Amino acid sequence: MTSLIPFACWLAMLILVAGMAAAFARLVRGPSLPDRVVALDVMATMAVGALALVSIQTGESVLLDVALAIALITFLGTVALAMSLERGVFK
Amino acid sequence: MIVSFAVCVLALSGAGFMGLSGLGILRMPDLFTRMHASTKGASLGVALLLIAAALFFQDLSVGTKALLTIAFIFLTAPVAAHMLGRAAYAKKIALWENSVIDEGRGKIATGADDRHTP
Repeated sequence: MTSLIPFACWLAMLILVAGMAAAFARLVRGPSLPDRVVALDVMATMAVGALALVSIQTGESVLLDVALAIALITFLGTVALAMSLERGVFK
Repeated sequence: MIVSFAVCVLALSGAGFMGLSGLGILRMPDLFTRMHASTKGASLGVALLLIAAALFFQDLSVGTKALLTIAFIFLTAPVAAHMLGRAAYAKKIALWENSVIDEGRGKIATGADDRHTP
C-alpha cells in the first residue's frame, strides 16, 4: 500500500501541471491586465500545491517553508497590483 | 495503511480541484466568473494538498506549518480577490453579456481613472 503514494503523487503532479499550463495560457492570452493578475495569482497558488506534492515525493519537509514564503509574497504582489490598478498607474 | 490511502485520496482530490480551477480560468467567459475558479477552487485544492503533506509526515512542526499556510491562504485569498475585482470593476472591465445581475452599479465609482493621474 505504501507503493501507492509515489504513483498517486505523479498522477496528481500531472493534473497540477495541466492546470498550470491552462492558467499560463490565460496569462498569455488574457485580454486585460486584471485577467493576467488573476492568472498569476492562481499560478502561485498552484506552485504552493506543487511544493507540497514535491515535499511528499522527496520526504523533505523543508519545502513547506518555501510554500509558506510563496503564499506570503504572492498575496503582497496581488494586493500591490490591485492598488496600483485602481489608482490608474497602468493605462 | 489507512493513512497512506488517505494521503493518496487527499493528494489526488486536491490536484483535481486545482486542475479544475486552471480549466475554469481558461474557459470562463469574463474576469468576474474567472475569479470564482481561481479563488475557491484553488484555495480548496491547496488546502487538501497541504493536509495530505501533514498526514504524510505526521510531525508536529510540519502539521503546524501546513495549518498556518492553510489559514493564511484562506484569510488572504478573499481579500486579494475582493481588491482585484473592485479595481477591475472601477476600471470598467466588461461583464459577460449573459450576466443576470450587476450589483456594483451605482455603488462602486467607475471613474477611478479620471481622479488620479500618475
